[in-house]
Amino acid sequence: MSVDERGADAGPLGPTEEGAGGSQPAARAAIEGRSPWTLAIQRLRKDRAAMISLGFIILIILIAIFAPVFASITGHPPNEQYHGAQALTEAGLPKGPSGEFWWGTDDLGRDVLVRTAYGARISLLVGVLATALTVAIGVVLGLAAGFFGGFIDTVLSRLVDVVLSVPFLLAVLALVSIFGASLTITVLVIGCFSWASVARIVRGQVLSLREREFVEAARSLGSSDWRIMFVDILPNVLTQVIVYTTLLIPVVIVTQATLSFLGLGLPPPTADWGGMISGARNTYTVAPWYIGFPSAALILTTLAFNLFGDGVADAFDPRADRLISE
Amino acid sequence: MSLLEIRDLEVAFNTSDGVVRAVRGLSFDVDRGQTLAIVGESGSGKSVATQTITGLTRGAKVTGRATFDGVDLLQADRQTLQKIRGARIGMIFQDPLSSLHPYYRVGWQIVEMLRAHDKSISKSAARDRAAYLLSQVGIPHAKERIDDYPHQFSGGMRQRVMIAMAMALEPDLLIADEPTTALDVTVQAQVLTVMRRLQEEMGTAIILITHDLGVVAEMSDQIVVMYAGHAMEKAGRRELFYGYHNPYTEGLLASLPVHGNAGRLQPIAGTPPSTIDPPARCAFAPRCPYVFDRCWQEDPPLRTVYDDPAHSSACWLPTDRAGRQAARAKLAEARAVAEEPV
Amino acid sequence: MLRFLVRRTLLGVFVLWVITVLTFTLFYVAPNNVAQTLAGRQATPQVVAAISKRLGLDQPLWKQYVDFVWHALHGNLGYDYYYQLPVTHIIATALPVTLSLVLGAAVIWLLLGVTNGVLSAVYPRSLVDRGLTTFAIFFYSFPSFVLGLVLLYFLYYRLTLSGFDWFPPGSYAPLSAGVGPWLQHMILPWITLALVLAATYTRLTRGSMLAVLGEDYIRTARSKGISESRVVLRHGLRSALTPVVTQFGIDLGQLIGGVVVTETVFSLPGIGKTNIDALTRQDLPVIVGTVMLASAAVVVANILVDVGYAFLDPRVRLH
Ligand SMILES: Nc1ncnc2c1ncn2[C@@H]1O[C@H](COP(=O)(O)OP(=O)(O)O)[C@@H](O)[C@H]1O
Ligand code: SF4
Ligand SMILES: [Mg+2]
Repeated sequence: MSVDERGADAGPLGPTEEGAGGSQPAARAAIEGRSPWTLAIQRLRKDRAAMISLGFIILIILIAIFAPVFASITGHPPNEQYHGAQALTEAGLPKGPSGEFWWGTDDLGRDVLVRTAYGARISLLVGVLATALTVAIGVVLGLAAGFFGGFIDTVLSRLVDVVLSVPFLLAVLALVSIFGASLTITVLVIGCFSWASVARIVRGQVLSLREREFVEAARSLGSSDWRIMFVDILPNVLTQVIVYTTLLIPVVIVTQATLSFLGLGLPPPTADWGGMISGARNTYTVAPWYIGFPSAALILTTLAFNLFGDGVADAFDPRADRLISE
Repeated sequence: MSLLEIRDLEVAFNTSDGVVRAVRGLSFDVDRGQTLAIVGESGSGKSVATQTITGLTRGAKVTGRATFDGVDLLQADRQTLQKIRGARIGMIFQDPLSSLHPYYRVGWQIVEMLRAHDKSISKSAARDRAAYLLSQVGIPHAKERIDDYPHQFSGGMRQRVMIAMAMALEPDLLIADEPTTALDVTVQAQVLTVMRRLQEEMGTAIILITHDLGVVAEMSDQIVVMYAGHAMEKAGRRELFYGYHNPYTEGLLASLPVHGNAGRLQPIAGTPPSTIDPPARCAFAPRCPYVFDRCWQEDPPLRTVYDDPAHSSACWLPTDRAGRQAARAKLAEARAVAEEPV
Repeated sequence: MLRFLVRRTLLGVFVLWVITVLTFTLFYVAPNNVAQTLAGRQATPQVVAAISKRLGLDQPLWKQYVDFVWHALHGNLGYDYYYQLPVTHIIATALPVTLSLVLGAAVIWLLLGVTNGVLSAVYPRSLVDRGLTTFAIFFYSFPSFVLGLVLLYFLYYRLTLSGFDWFPPGSYAPLSAGVGPWLQHMILPWITLALVLAATYTRLTRGSMLAVLGEDYIRTARSKGISESRVVLRHGLRSALTPVVTQFGIDLGQLIGGVVVTETVFSLPGIGKTNIDALTRQDLPVIVGTVMLASAAVVVANILVDVGYAFLDPRVRLH
């Protein structure tokens, strides 16, 4: 279900249906006959930084999808090593940007532009998949803990405590080094150690929502637990989760790049930004373009996601209005 | 000269929805030692008006005058205002729990007030004074309780602490913004009694803000009825209760248990209007049972009514007693017809 | 309070136990063979078996684990596979490096983050606020290894080329060798770690401060006629600091367990560097030792955070 569709039907149905009756802005929006989603999207549209960031994110996605186009335009496959005078100096060092290699070459004579474009695929893929896994685990366990309470809640809450007590990066490093770096392992490991915060947020939300009238109403009408959980409660928790998700993606992208940088990235010759930056460390004094382009790509991408995430958070934040007069 | 003279006060906020004109042309006087009550539904601009006077409103466009003992508070610089706040104008607010700092002991909070305005007072003297003040507002075992945190007090006791703090420096004026709204009915009376006693001892003037006319029945000298940012009616207490002119005042009185006809409560139907781009008409027109053509065309100014210079009302109904009573009779008749079984 | 401490300590011990069990199990199921690596490619099976025996790797997993726990309870975390150094000694050598890095950086990021956050919140939507928030989100988006390399490029390489060799390219100089060299070696790592974290703290402080400044008790404070700076700091910051202190405790706990990235970029032989080196060499005793230290730091920090919370906020009761 798209955000727009939800927005269209949430408002007028009032607090007994999904969407309205959640947080404060939801309640107020229901009075005004506008759904909180429409309001949030309106606010987001006005946020120039967030819109520019969204544009950049779309651009990066397109680059990732059409990475092979870069390879065919330049005629340089991402893993092809060139040895000509265009590609490497006589000492075997990378060469700077030229008509042949627009962003220069790396230490093996490969095309930095093409590899940076291909690197976007890894960053986005891991970013999106690991975030999705994190959110999925966190939401399901958080809903379960908050909704069922009792023994299930106790066990899950302890589990959250334990996971939050694990030094995150060390754990991820250890697991990836043991199981070997692959896309699946990286995604699984990041997901398995990041869900605890999501679960905690969701559980808190559910605990406060559970007592509200519309859940009581649903229960008295004989809805099953599962129905109440996913139809009545989940949509109300969704805004929080969306905000968290948009801000989690850049964190995951950086984590993946960090793994690669520390030598635990996808096996060579896969092109990914962290790995390229790591490879460029030895030659950064003579070949700043080799380290510069993937670094810039990484920073701009995380920056765009963070700015967009901030915009989303502001758009859903009930306090956003209060500050306007200042 | 009155202690405080407010003239043509206007306060406007810029918001994303438009300019909110929270206060639009408010004037009133407060005399020394007297109590002025400001009454009106929630959102009518009572808090904004009084907080603007003491410089607590941020980010608003303010015009008008507020002369306090010869000083225009709206023009005063920060230092002057700071010296006046607390020392000469004390304030208490609606919610006594959230109005006290949760992290500091109540004694500390009172001592801070004392020492902010009198650097010469020693810490221990300030502490003794704080304990004395707490006992004055009726807090048992004040000497021990001075080291308790706000959350360790009940709602009524917290409001007593607020009163003790606001009255610590024997201010000339106390602004009490809905001081009893968050309290139980029995506690309300006790808190009002404490305020009143201190007022008599110290000769303090009080601005008592409330949305409940019942609260002001006993302890006000003058009453201002506010609606949508300006005064609807101003009068002495007796005149207002027994000879009100404005239909909005009538509505507020009818919603009181004591004054309601035959014990039937009649809250005013409808909600207060938005003050964004208010149209040129009587702000109460959409809810007023007396409404007639003129009300929709022009916003009524405050006019003296019943030939009493101290009594004014913003309403197009006749300003003489007979005319006003005729209107009332006509309305009663119309109602009776409407209610008659067919 | 006592009950709380006992309960939380027991929980902490439980967490540590789970983590050691997991580490052992994972290491055991891992497809690598340390003895083979140590012996080299050409070694005969006999040599490999001998090495296995010497390291105790021929024992069943549970036996290895019981031995480890038994020794650990006596303060002995075992010996590393390669040089037979006591793991406690390795940790004792690495810890001061990490502590230097983390504590020094903490001073910078707290000062920078809290000051900027307060300024932003006091003048919301002003030019100052916009500038500081942009600054914060920029560095918040900066992966620390990229920031480290950027600093190295400009402040080490470019400066040195221009004749100012103020900053070394990395490595550590202990405090015992003098404050000067220590500072010289720590400044770039400190900035790297601090800038990224200062950004987090700016955002955290700003949000928390904005919420607090809207509270009724701030209005009360202003109505008392105290100075605006006292209102902001004594009344506002006092409350706004609680979540900041909490986050600080959590971050310290996580970082004392090793600042892997910064230590790697600047070749600082701290816990994080030790750990990642041990990981690449499959040096189990060192891995277990560093992971235990890191987890213990997190567990202790979490307990301290809760105690600190109750200390900071008189409304909170521990139970
Ligand atoms: N900072 C602000 N920004 C925008 N509007 C405000 C602000 N403060 C108050 N208002 C508006 O001013 C009006 C009057 O509020 P207030 O004085 O609190 O009413 P009262 O105290 O009579 O209940 C309300 O409509 C309120 O929404
Ligand atoms: S002016 Fe008209 S609408 Fe307004 S209060 Fe008087 S009668 Fe009612
Ligand atoms: Mg009010």
